[in-house]
Amino acid sequence: MALARPSDFAHASAPAPGTFNPAYIQVKNFSFYYGHNKVLHSLALDIPERQVTAFIGPSGCGKSTLLRNLNRMNDLIDGVRHEGDITVGGRSIYDPLLEVIALRKRIGMVFQKSNPFPKSIYENVVYALRVAGRNGKSELDEVVERSLRGAALWDEVKDRLHESAFGLSGGQQQRLCIARAIANRPEILLMDEPCSALDPIATSKVEELIHELKKEFTIVIVTHNMQQAARVSDRTAFFYLGKLIEYAATPDIFMNPKNPQTEAYVSGRFG
Amino acid sequence: MPPVAPTFAASPAGPSPDTPKDPAYTPPPEPSFRPAGESWVWFTSMGLAIGLVMILGLLGLIISNGLAVFWPKPVVQVQLVEGSQAGIRGSPTFGGEHVKTQEKRVTQLDEDGKPLPPAYEYQFYVANRDAYGFSFKYIDRKEVLAITHPANAIVAERFSLGTAIFLPRELRPFESAAIPGDSPEFIPTLERLVQAGNERRREIRQIERHQIGAINRELSRLHLQRRALEHGPNPPADAPARLAAIDARAATLQAEFEGLAARARQLRERQAADTLSYVTLSGAERVTPVAEILDFTLPNQLGFFGKLREFVVRFWKFLSEEPRAANMEGGIFPAIFGTFVMTLLMSVAVTPFGVLAAIYLREYAKQGLFVRCVRIAVNNLAGVPSIVFGVFGLGFFVYMVGGSIDQLFFSLSLPTPTFGTGGVLWASATLALMTVPVVIVSTEEALAAVSRGSREGSLACGASKWQTIQRIVLPASLPGILTGLILAMARGAGEVAPLMLVGVVKLAPTLPIDGIPPFVHLERKFMHLGFHIFDLGFQSPDSEAAKPMVFATTFLLILLVVCLNLGAILIRNHLRKKYKVSTF
Ligand SMILES: Nc1ncnc2c1ncn2[C@@H]1O[C@H](COP(=O)(O)OP(=O)(O)O)[C@@H](O)[C@H]1O
Ligand SMILES: [Mg+2]
Repeated sequence: MALARPSDFAHASAPAPGTFNPAYIQVKNFSFYYGHNKVLHSLALDIPERQVTAFIGPSGCGKSTLLRNLNRMNDLIDGVRHEGDITVGGRSIYDPLLEVIALRKRIGMVFQKSNPFPKSIYENVVYALRVAGRNGKSELDEVVERSLRGAALWDEVKDRLHESAFGLSGGQQQRLCIARAIANRPEILLMDEPCSALDPIATSKVEELIHELKKEFTIVIVTHNMQQAARVSDRTAFFYLGKLIEYAATPDIFMNPKNPQTEAYVSGRFG
Repeated sequence: MPPVAPTFAASPAGPSPDTPKDPAYTPPPEPSFRPAGESWVWFTSMGLAIGLVMILGLLGLIISNGLAVFWPKPVVQVQLVEGSQAGIRGSPTFGGEHVKTQEKRVTQLDEDGKPLPPAYEYQFYVANRDAYGFSFKYIDRKEVLAITHPANAIVAERFSLGTAIFLPRELRPFESAAIPGDSPEFIPTLERLVQAGNERRREIRQIERHQIGAINRELSRLHLQRRALEHGPNPPADAPARLAAIDARAATLQAEFEGLAARARQLRERQAADTLSYVTLSGAERVTPVAEILDFTLPNQLGFFGKLREFVVRFWKFLSEEPRAANMEGGIFPAIFGTFVMTLLMSVAVTPFGVLAAIYLREYAKQGLFVRCVRIAVNNLAGVPSIVFGVFGLGFFVYMVGGSIDQLFFSLSLPTPTFGTGGVLWASATLALMTVPVVIVSTEEALAAVSRGSREGSLACGASKWQTIQRIVLPASLPGILTGLILAMARGAGEVAPLMLVGVVKLAPTLPIDGIPPFVHLERKFMHLGFHIFDLGFQSPDSEAAKPMVFATTFLLILLVVCLNLGAILIRNHLRKKYKVSTF
């Protein structure tokens, strides 16, 4: 299978406005090991389409590990092993017929530390298209403008598209990484603490951006910052020591937690 | 917090100024103003200083000695004391360039066996090897009566006999009357005749080297064609006709050859026609054809700028000319060019090889015992004596690979080998093998230094592993790869021992790249600066005379390595700027 098209994920017909697939990504009884170290314990959760889902929890509880499994980024690490399954649009991401490259083309990712490539701003944005062999100038130009507008960066960089990406500020670099992640129109956007290295102004810009992007993308965001989770997410999952403690609509988690550990965490008593 | 106990008043933080002194309190040891480990800092800086002094001293010695060769020195005439036997063949005077003054090596003893105060001696470069049989002379200071600077002393560089230092006597041009040495006409006429001689020599060379050479090449090609027709497995039907055509063409070429040879002979005769008679500074009279002289100066009449000009001219000649007289005279251009071509070829060979090996080792191979062993083996390869690589290159590249190429493609000219003998290609391949560990190690380090973040960023965009390496990892590690290449080049360019087995020669008649199709002749033997140094210093008939050349050649080898490295460093800095790491 060369290229997985959206239909691979069985949602060829977009849902009507206001409706969404409540179980677009399904994590089914999923456990994960680094060597002999079991860091995720039989997780089960459904992530809805075109919503923002936040993962919260104390450091080391496995949020990043789960997130990085959604696009199989953890495959790169030696000696890892999983049990259970994850499906996207009803199809297992571990299906041997599904190429991991095709999977990653449908799932964009933004990292904790912004990681622009040592290339021009333009080349950074079109990287996903270039590696897919799409090199048409007019298409690339259009994608650059659309993606940079999508990442609220267009007006700041439109006059220096061909300068090095390293000339940008930290917040701009992170938004460039977002533009890069959405350039190939993925369906899902994974964000691992995207604002942890940013100042408050840059953070609020990225948060506004998440609100915008929600209209088009399914977003999963890991965050350390509970206010941020409360502000941007529709649903929140609280993890502790590799276990899913509570998963509900964000207001419920913050106002009305069912589990005493969740309550302790969101009220800042540990973590 | 518990209430503070009285003994706690003098807390470990030390007494505050207003705390009353507690008798139980022992003050902490007097603070040392020397931070711990300071002496080691001094040690390291001392190590650096000693290293620097040694390196700079060596470089200074080479540069000053190497450049001094080209600076014109005054010519002196030495008058010996009455009855001295120290002259050349009993002459009362002799002369040359003053080289140095030194304490006599053997201490003289008086009658009681006590050492006398040190005696001094001068060393002179007397040149005129053809007349004296030596070119340097030591003379005790006690033997010297007077030293003069004859204004009309001439230092002449000759084609085959080395330098001559003399006073002019008479010029006998072929076409006009003789001109005495003190006539104002003398120097301009000599200059004109020397120039005419140089032009004729160029013409002879053009005829013999290029025109006759081209005829010879065509003749040997015809010879091969004839052999193919006569001894080939299935001769074509028109073989006799083609043989006849070949013979006819060979006859024309032969006639052309006769014509050219006659012209060259005529020029040579003309070269002998103008003569110069001169007296050496020890009084011997000699006659030489003017055409033997390549260039001359009157050093005692040169001002500073005249000397500077002469210095530049000599240096340029040294750089651009071919060696003469068993490499003792002339320039070293073929050696510079050979070293340059070989080093470039080596870099071209070693880079892809080393980089691909490093990519596999670092990015694809499963890191385990086997890979660790390979890595250790690669590192140890750097410690194998270079002569072993030479032996391997001779056995593998020259005899096996080259021999097979000859069997397959050049079988007609066998038994004369084409690729089956040492040449610049095999020398480069041997050195590439020798330096590949350096490139592998530095490339691996550069690859390892590329951040996980950019790799994952690329993979998350849907790039394959190879695309990530090609588009992200390799560009970012280029500066590190170039560093490895710089080290490899420096090591390769200075290597001599293995080259002696795989293609370096004392004197190569042709360059590896020239104007004769196919322009690049990688099978040719070549000259090399490192080998040239060895040859001059230890294989030449007069090592004292060769010493300045050794310094000058060493200086040029270092200069060449510096230039190659500078080129690579400039490229690297350019790349560093391009791929510089992200900073907020
Ligand atoms: N590459 C790795 N190799 C081994 N253990 C890892 C690796 N990455 C993370 N871990 C371990 O897995 C656990 C979960 O880590 P992570 O998912 O990064 O936590 P979080 O993102 O919630 O802070 C931690 O105990 C961590 O030490
Ligand atoms: Mg994390």
